[in-house]
Amino acid sequence: MLISSWPKWMMLTILGMGILAPVLLGFSETILAAFGFLPALGRHSFSVSAWQQLAELPGLGTSLRLSLVSGFVATLVAFSLALLGSAWVYQKSSNISFLDKFKPFINPILVPILAAPHAAIAIGMAFLMAPSGWLARWVSPWLTTWQLPPNWATVQDLWGLSLILGLTVKELPFLWLVSLIALKQINVSKQLALAKSMGYSHTAAWYKIIFPQLYPLIRLPVLVVLVYSLSTVDMAQILGPNTPPTLALATMRWYNDANLQLLLPASAAAVGLAMLIAISVLCWELTMLGVFRVIKFTVRSGGRSSQWERVSALLATTLPMAISLGLLSLLVLAIWSITWRWSFPNFLPEQWSYDFWLQLLTQWPLALQHSLVLALMSSSLALLLAVAWLEVQDRCGGQFYRLTLWFIYLPLLVPQMAFLYGLKVGFLRLGLNGTMATVIWAHLLFVSPYVMLSLVDSWRALDQRYLQVAASLGRSRWHCFWRIKLSLLLRPLLLAWAIGIAVSISQYLPTLMIGAGRIESLTTEAISLASGADRRLVGVYGLLQAVVPLLAYALALLLPRLMILKNEQ
Amino acid sequence: MSLELRGLSVATKEQTSMFSCVDLVIAKGEVACIMGPSGVGKSTLLNAIGGHLSANFKMTGELLLNGQNLTHKPATERRIGVLFQDPLLFPHLSVGDNLAFGLSATVVGTKLRRLKVEQALQQAHLKGYYYRDPATLSGGQQSRIALMRALLAQPNALLLDEPFAKLDLELRHTMRAFLFAQAKQRQIPMLLATHEPADAVAANGQLIKLQRANTCSE
Repeated sequence: MLISSWPKWMMLTILGMGILAPVLLGFSETILAAFGFLPALGRHSFSVSAWQQLAELPGLGTSLRLSLVSGFVATLVAFSLALLGSAWVYQKSSNISFLDKFKPFINPILVPILAAPHAAIAIGMAFLMAPSGWLARWVSPWLTTWQLPPNWATVQDLWGLSLILGLTVKELPFLWLVSLIALKQINVSKQLALAKSMGYSHTAAWYKIIFPQLYPLIRLPVLVVLVYSLSTVDMAQILGPNTPPTLALATMRWYNDANLQLLLPASAAAVGLAMLIAISVLCWELTMLGVFRVIKFTVRSGGRSSQWERVSALLATTLPMAISLGLLSLLVLAIWSITWRWSFPNFLPEQWSYDFWLQLLTQWPLALQHSLVLALMSSSLALLLAVAWLEVQDRCGGQFYRLTLWFIYLPLLVPQMAFLYGLKVGFLRLGLNGTMATVIWAHLLFVSPYVMLSLVDSWRALDQRYLQVAASLGRSRWHCFWRIKLSLLLRPLLLAWAIGIAVSISQYLPTLMIGAGRIESLTTEAISLASGADRRLVGVYGLLQAVVPLLAYALALLLPRLMILKNEQ
Repeated sequence: MSLELRGLSVATKEQTSMFSCVDLVIAKGEVACIMGPSGVGKSTLLNAIGGHLSANFKMTGELLLNGQNLTHKPATERRIGVLFQDPLLFPHLSVGDNLAFGLSATVVGTKLRRLKVEQALQQAHLKGYYYRDPATLSGGQQSRIALMRALLAQPNALLLDEPFAKLDLELRHTMRAFLFAQAKQRQIPMLLATHEPADAVAANGQLIKLQRANTCSE
């Protein structure tokens, strides 16, 4: 094309410098450290001693196993439940008709769990499931006769079960909503009607016809969940086992150890984690290929009822439980945040108090200020970047999109640990470590992919003829862009911005590592308080983490309506 | 074999019946037509017969197929095939696998099933197209595959929701002839919704004119 290509090159440069470079440079710093190059410690020569040291660290094998099991099981369960849930939404009437009443409200039910940061859900889950947690209080003492909490390890258990449960509860709403959005691109109801007219049951039709069309549309989000589950630090810290912890958490502890010599094996572990994730992604995709082979075979054999019918029905009963756990964990945070005294077997607190909230609102702690600035800055910048990216794409075509898509997804597909440490080293060298600007940049790496991808579909769905009409009326390109494109897309733009806020608030490692411990946020505070004793304060921070994104969502939904009202007057 | 509609209509929350009740007996091999202005509920009537009404609608009256009462049976058990305006070939399956999906499960064995699919391809004048991507087929070819897929499921009746509407005049003609020949050969009752009078003339069966109404005499 002869039309000026400078916007394309400018965009590529911005994405390259802003997103690709920090990830690649950070990752290469980590790799260098893993192989013996760490000038800060006076290491300048190639060696594999870091790997030998790593292999000798106690508990490595267990850590590895814990990571793999919790990552795969949580992803698999959340993914299967999201599929069952989507199938249920399209089912005309299910066996449990009581639950069908919730169908129209499925989005508002899922959004709070989606918007709440991982750490908030994890803390809430811990408050629910701990031996002294809310669930135990429900059945005590009338059923269990417990006057004191039992001495059980229901949270941070050795097998990582509570971690798996926490990850599942948190990721299920994400995958479910992503599936429901993707399914709008497929003519689901007519295809299901066709299959049923040929004698197929709902479940069989879903697996043979709808699922193979759905998966390619949600592949990247599913892989993002897999990568996150394998490499989570914040959830593992709250719900995962401690001795030894998962590989990601162990790596972070080695990095933070007072013994600086551990930096080298820690880097080796971070590189190892990245390799583990690459192999896991490959295994997952190969397994899916196999699954689709089997499905194609069953299509050819023509069976009308799936053998999985009963299994599916049974599994589907866990859906309301998983969603209730998510909502209850937010509720229990809210209760703790206004508690003064709440002794064990009581179902509700004996004494309530707003003191912690009052204190918070009168003092505006640094953590809240930082979180708000980080969230507002990073999501607004990400939105600008997203609009520029999509506009350039409209003018330059599909090849640009496919190329840049991988740039954008990269920070979500490489484990945070593997490049954040290297990035920190790089910023240290430049004397930029621990500044607000670099932390905003680090947040931007994770916020922009979500903002961009949440905007893509609505941006593309915009009827180009509006713009053609405007252009034919002699309006300039910029006028068309501002007054028509952006005005028509106001709602999705605001929604993308709100998603950006939610993602930024939930960031833990980038704030901790790039902030050099000097910039505390709601999330870092909540997590460091979570190990302490005062549930009331943790409740306040945990809930606040969830409230800020929800307020952003509410604003994004209400603002366009208010503006329309104003226009009508 | 016959499809029998007794005082059939569809109720919504607002209306007790969307259109005047339909009483109709379609004999085997016969192609009956429903006509009426757009929006009167032709598709809704077909959905009611096929068992595909969404939760906001409710069928009133009775439906019988070969003497068996299907009024309260789910779509899966009715064995009433449907053809929509769009061929709706599943895009992730090849042409042959689309047919294999339709082929009744009573045909057992990999070889036999493959043979049946190849025969159907031949009948649709698309021999050698098993591995083709349905998106590469022309409109007429897609319609023929969609019809063969519906017939391979061995339905006891077939509903056609304006299946020719998107075809040009000449294709329409050949497709119609193809369809009616299949109805004769397989001896199943068919119900065709259309607003093209030529379709009704060519079908040479009963003609129902659907009207908006609120009354329904038992």
